[in-house]
Amino acid sequence: MIRLTINGKEFEVDATADIPLLWVIREQCGLTGTKFGCGIAQCGACTVHMDGQPVRSCVTPAVSAEGKNITTIEGIAPDKNTLHVVQQAWIEEQTPQCGYCQSGQIMSAVALLNENPSPSDEEIDAAMSGNICRCGMYGRIKSAIKRASATLQSSSPL
Amino acid sequence: MKKWTRRAFIGAGVLAGGTLVIGIAIRPGNRSSKVAGLIASEGETVMNIWLKIALDNTVTAIIPHAEMGQGVHTALSMMLADEMEADWSKVKFQEAPADKEYANFTLLKGFVAGNATFPKFIEETIDGVFLTAVKSLNFQITGGSASVRFTGQQAMRIAGAAAKSMLMEAAADTWKVPVEELIAKNSIISHPSSNRSATFAELAPAAAKVNIPTQPKLKSPGEFTLMGTSQPRFDIPAKVTGEAQFGMDVQVPGMKYATIKAAPVFGSKVKSVDTTVSSSQRGVKKIFNLGDAVAVIADGYWQAKTTLDALPIEFEATENSGLNQEEIMDRYRKAMDTDLAEGNLDTHFKDGDATTALEQAAILVEAEYQLPFLAHATMEPMNCTAWVHDGKCELWCGSQNPLGVRAAAAELLEIDTDQVTVHNQLLGGGFGRRSETDVMKQAILIAKEVNYPVKLIWSREEDTQHDVYREATISRMKAGLDQSGLPTAYAHQFIFKHHPPEAADIPYSIPNQLIQYSSPASHVPWGNWRSVDHSTHGFLTESFIDEMAHAAKQDPFAFRKKLIKDQPRFQRVLDLVYEKSNWGTPLPANWGRGIAIAQSFGSIVAEVAEVEVGIDGNVKVHRVVCAVDPGFAIHPNGFIAQMESGIIYGLAAAMTGEITIENGAVAQSNFHNYPVTRMNEAPKIETHIINSGNPPGGGGEPSTPVIAPAVTNAIFDATGIRIRQLPISKNDLKASIRPTT
Repeated sequence: MIRLTINGKEFEVDATADIPLLWVIREQCGLTGTKFGCGIAQCGACTVHMDGQPVRSCVTPAVSAEGKNITTIEGIAPDKNTLHVVQQAWIEEQTPQCGYCQSGQIMSAVALLNENPSPSDEEIDAAMSGNICRCGMYGRIKSAIKRASATLQSSSPL
Repeated sequence: MKKWTRRAFIGAGVLAGGTLVIGIAIRPGNRSSKVAGLIASEGETVMNIWLKIALDNTVTAIIPHAEMGQGVHTALSMMLADEMEADWSKVKFQEAPADKEYANFTLLKGFVAGNATFPKFIEETIDGVFLTAVKSLNFQITGGSASVRFTGQQAMRIAGAAAKSMLMEAAADTWKVPVEELIAKNSIISHPSSNRSATFAELAPAAAKVNIPTQPKLKSPGEFTLMGTSQPRFDIPAKVTGEAQFGMDVQVPGMKYATIKAAPVFGSKVKSVDTTVSSSQRGVKKIFNLGDAVAVIADGYWQAKTTLDALPIEFEATENSGLNQEEIMDRYRKAMDTDLAEGNLDTHFKDGDATTALEQAAILVEAEYQLPFLAHATMEPMNCTAWVHDGKCELWCGSQNPLGVRAAAAELLEIDTDQVTVHNQLLGGGFGRRSETDVMKQAILIAKEVNYPVKLIWSREEDTQHDVYREATISRMKAGLDQSGLPTAYAHQFIFKHHPPEAADIPYSIPNQLIQYSSPASHVPWGNWRSVDHSTHGFLTESFIDEMAHAAKQDPFAFRKKLIKDQPRFQRVLDLVYEKSNWGTPLPANWGRGIAIAQSFGSIVAEVAEVEVGIDGNVKVHRVVCAVDPGFAIHPNGFIAQMESGIIYGLAAAMTGEITIENGAVAQSNFHNYPVTRMNEAPKIETHIINSGNPPGGGGEPSTPVIAPAVTNAIFDATGIRIRQLPISKNDLKASIRPTT
């Protein structure tokens, strides 16, 4: 048994040395917003934050997450009735199509904007090219990131 | 002569309890009460099988199609609500249960009959025949870019209009006023001169006594209030919070997890495997030999997967165990040669005498093209949760074909279809892959051996290696031109014809055509891949017409336009893409523009790609301009998203998409060796819609067939190198090998 902190909540889970964080989050913690896509860190659908850094949970051993703050798509909204700026931008741009990759896309985008609140096109490409979208909504994802960036700029205290 | 009757959709009945029902289900012999039981709860009035009205005046549209991001739940609800004059803020939707009453009658009729007209006296007979045929086919498919153009046009709009008409009749009758004086708006019927009004919900019970309109009047486009607008999609909010539930996310109490490894060579069997579970295998419940696959059930996916990976499994050798991709293509070439020599080719289309015209041509253009197998690679790997208990079967999955799943389950378990329940979930990508039932059948075979629900999850490797594939093909094309460059003959010999049947047709006016095909044997399973045969023929036709244009020393746009001069819809689309793409204006060195146009699934799409080919041979697609005539775009923003999606999907295939066979099995396994387009490789896409007023065309597929030729034609423009083999990555485009002009 190990203890994990996910979205500020404590979970006691059964983890062998090799089990990836992804399967613990989905099957033991019941947080199914984080998706399985490839299992080898190629598609980004499983992206979560570990102490604020984006990681591919499908290749991150659960034991390595002990003592760290893990954030999943379910944990980024400031409260139950308010969406994160990035989630709001995703709705305004009508970004998702099938939606399966979007948790991972949003987690990568949030991490990018935390580091760099006004990224250039090239910086967006660099940060987001690890996340595959088979519906090909890359243009909308980029627009949504720019929209979120603009919102962050306008709402930042001077 | 007139258009299809709508009578088949309109009938009335009163259910036990006095609920009003109108619709296709109410025909002699149909069990309407069963449908009402499936879709309605207490206090709701089922107006017909496509809509219901609740006591709080909400209208629920019942949508017989799966949501895979194409926005079908929203677009079809809009079509119904617009005709009904329902208050959009109070409109909800519900996906129809997998039941025969929701068989895609409209879809099959649309495919088989198109927009044909029939003499009045046979209309009803035809409708009856189609209805029976569809039900027996277990058709409830989301595919063929058909939801809006068939279900939307022929069911949702009519259902909405019929319901409105009945509610107005009920109001007129209650208030003793002429129906012409009534206004329906925002889910309220009002009579302005007497200042009376009532909600749809208040009028619903009275509407039960009203005669049914046999042909409710539909709105003209000028009267639309919702159709043609981009309402926020119903499915999006849950997709940004992680709450959206896909098949992969289903949680059934007591559920265990399974994963599977099928024989790598298609058609092979398991020779030996030890299915004993040892005490050291923590969390492992059971190991199965399913004959052609081995499965493991465990407490979690990871235990099941690691156990399966470590398990020594021997598979039987088959006649295909040593087969490689090159040999498959050689076999195809030989079959084409033999069929040609022995006169065994099937004829797709023949007009005039192409053979003689080719012999007499001033300029002969000749080319052989080759295309690879393609996997679907949906984002969500295949999965299905099954629970077989008490003579019943419950399934949770994301399917484009829930009725097919239900029928397959019933047949496999030898139980009545009524004992099978399919809980359809959101689809993490479909593209044709999720119209199959293979995964569900595996899940059932596993779950029937245990007394708890089992979620079967395929690894990405299994998903890549046990897909149903877009066909690998070879095509031989010939064209004759006269001295002025005008085409005088066109001959095309291709392999494999699936559907749509018209895919190999060309839109160009060329006399003397001969289009023929062979169907060689293949052990690689075939499946519908986004745009199906158009995915090959779009590339073949539009590459070769470009070769013809260059042989004629004419501009590829002007050459096409001249050959479609009798088709105004094509001309408008070509003109629009010409204008918006700045065709003919200068580009930097090593850049090129390519154009392609094709009609598929009722929509005409032209695309111009702007590419840069580096001196190292790397191809970067910078911009794609897309012009499309879908007749009428019900939800423009959703339609544009579909165009963008189809372009990126087709681009991934064109650039790097290739499944190859080694030793009888698929060589690729995951995104590292079956690469797809990523954000840094994605072009800017600009889509321009023409609402021409023609019958609505599809959105999900028509932008896919033309992107590959638009890009390869642009590569030719940039480099002088003609790509005749896909993917593009197989071709050497280094500056040092380019022809000098």
